[in-house]
Amino acid sequence: MTAAGAPAVVELEGVGRTFGGNPPVDVLRDVDLTVTEGEFLAIVGPSGSGKSTLLNVLGLLDSPTAGHYRLAGIDTTTAGERRRAGLRAARLGFVFQAFQLLPHLTVLENASLGGLYLGLSGRERALRAERLLDRVGLAHRRRARPATLSGGERQRVAIARALVAGPSLLLADEPTGNLDTASAASVLELFEELHAEGTTILMITHDPGVAARASRGVRIVDGRLSA
Amino acid sequence: MSRGRARPWTHVVEAMAGVSARPGRLVLTMVGEALGLAALVATVSLAGTASGQVADHFDRAAADRVTVQPEESRAERGAVLPADAEERIRSLEGVETAGTLTRLEVDDPARTVPVVDPQAPPDPTLPVLAASPGLLDAVDAEISGRRYDAGHVARADPVALLGAAAARRLGITDLAHGPAVFVGDRALTVVGIIDAVDARGELVDSIVVPESTAARLFGWQGAQSLQVEVAPGAAETIARQAPLAITPTDPGALLASAPPTDTTLRERVQGDVSSLLVLLGIVTLVAGGVGIANIMLLSVMERVGEIGLRRALGATRGDLMTQFLVESATVGLLGGVVGTSLGFGTSMLVALARDWAPVLDARLLAAPLAGLVIGVLAGAFPAWRAGSLEPAEALRTL
Repeated sequence: MTAAGAPAVVELEGVGRTFGGNPPVDVLRDVDLTVTEGEFLAIVGPSGSGKSTLLNVLGLLDSPTAGHYRLAGIDTTTAGERRRAGLRAARLGFVFQAFQLLPHLTVLENASLGGLYLGLSGRERALRAERLLDRVGLAHRRRARPATLSGGERQRVAIARALVAGPSLLLADEPTGNLDTASAASVLELFEELHAEGTTILMITHDPGVAARASRGVRIVDGRLSA
Repeated sequence: MSRGRARPWTHVVEAMAGVSARPGRLVLTMVGEALGLAALVATVSLAGTASGQVADHFDRAAADRVTVQPEESRAERGAVLPADAEERIRSLEGVETAGTLTRLEVDDPARTVPVVDPQAPPDPTLPVLAASPGLLDAVDAEISGRRYDAGHVARADPVALLGAAAARRLGITDLAHGPAVFVGDRALTVVGIIDAVDARGELVDSIVVPESTAARLFGWQGAQSLQVEVAPGAAETIARQAPLAITPTDPGALLASAPPTDTTLRERVQGDVSSLLVLLGIVTLVAGGVGIANIMLLSVMERVGEIGLRRALGATRGDLMTQFLVESATVGLLGGVVGTSLGFGTSMLVALARDWAPVLDARLLAAPLAGLVIGVLAGAFPAWRAGSLEPAEALRTL
């Protein structure tokens, strides 16, 4: 199923996530997942299936209560808060359903936020952001405010921002959830192009039609993965 | 190329961007603190100024006198004031009266009538002072009998005023029969008794003669000191100007001093007025600080998405706390600068309107730093909230 010889970016081994409470809820159970470099993987599942929790675990925003998670070969299970923040900055690029662009910043300034907590100089970040905005086809809007952009354009700015630090993995959480069909298509097209250029993408969605655009799909139901 | 964590100035840069992103909010946030600090600065300044006025009222008798004399080393060599010193100082704005005083070198005992009485105590040696008529006004002398007049002075008549204490020692109780005193063999007619003075208390213990008389009988060659009564509040100014007015070519030759005022009463009144107003200002300031805390907290709640994003971009809790703390400190500092300016401006205007001399306490220039401290204190809880938000939850908000 995985390209032979390509190193793994994500390795989940028996990952579980239980939320305390009475009774405790097992949101993720015994999840095994390997994503190799250059893959474009979609995880599809209905709401309540545990896919948000899985994304939080993958994004080092939440810690599993069982199993191991290795990101780019580094075991994150024992990593402290600082180390996890450092890994987020260096290894992960996030794309959110709600874009999370800062309204008072220009497109270029928003994109330049990528790499901020990696310690890249403002100059270097702006340089990379310019290049990536050009790549996502928004170089001409770099001085615009997000409010003047269409949804599809906003998401492409967010993708540029996610790539500034040169992450090992692009994590997309319902990237087309807030978009109309045409904008969604353009964003998915961009993902396909990035994938073709070698970017490793993990996309979470509830929409099987969107998931179908990925090179591999995994279903999640009741906290368990199935191919 | 990358350091793996945020550069040192990142938080400041991001905080500045955060603060300047919402200029309207910035103004609203700092307005309370700025007003509080303005009130504090203004009340402290005005309390200083106002109680300056109060103290001035109480101290008038003491605070409005200046003395001028030759500089010490020259005085030891017998230097005296120029003959026109009194005239020159009177020409200064703010001088009400002035007169010259000299202690004469007299070793001869003073007595009333020559009586040969071996039992009697030896005659006392009393100080003899030469005073210009103006001096008696300048010390607000209360005199029974009369004072010597221009005629006495012009003729260098052998007349004298007796200090009340000196009169008692000489056994002179009334002026009805025109008593005389002898200093050595120099006879002087007593024309009046100095009962009390507001300054130069030695007058009460002395025999006081006109300068012309002193010149004729005691070898007076010039005045040793100049006593000036000035308009309220002008003492320091006059003290500064006097040497230049009297000896313009050599102002260093003279020493002018405003006597220390009665500070206990002054300080007590000042303390009462100040502490009340300062308390009021502090209350306002605390309210301003709470205002900053409120709006910063609101800002954190509003920017939950941004906080989530920054955490996703690799910010630690500490990064976010620092950023919000710097934002709050910046607002506090700006409020402090604005408030201090407003406060100084207000106190200047009030002082101008009341025709008071504004008292600007240089220590108040540290007030913007107080603003900074308030900003940090007010921002502590909101910053802690920003740092403690769970990124996964923060990102769920749209």
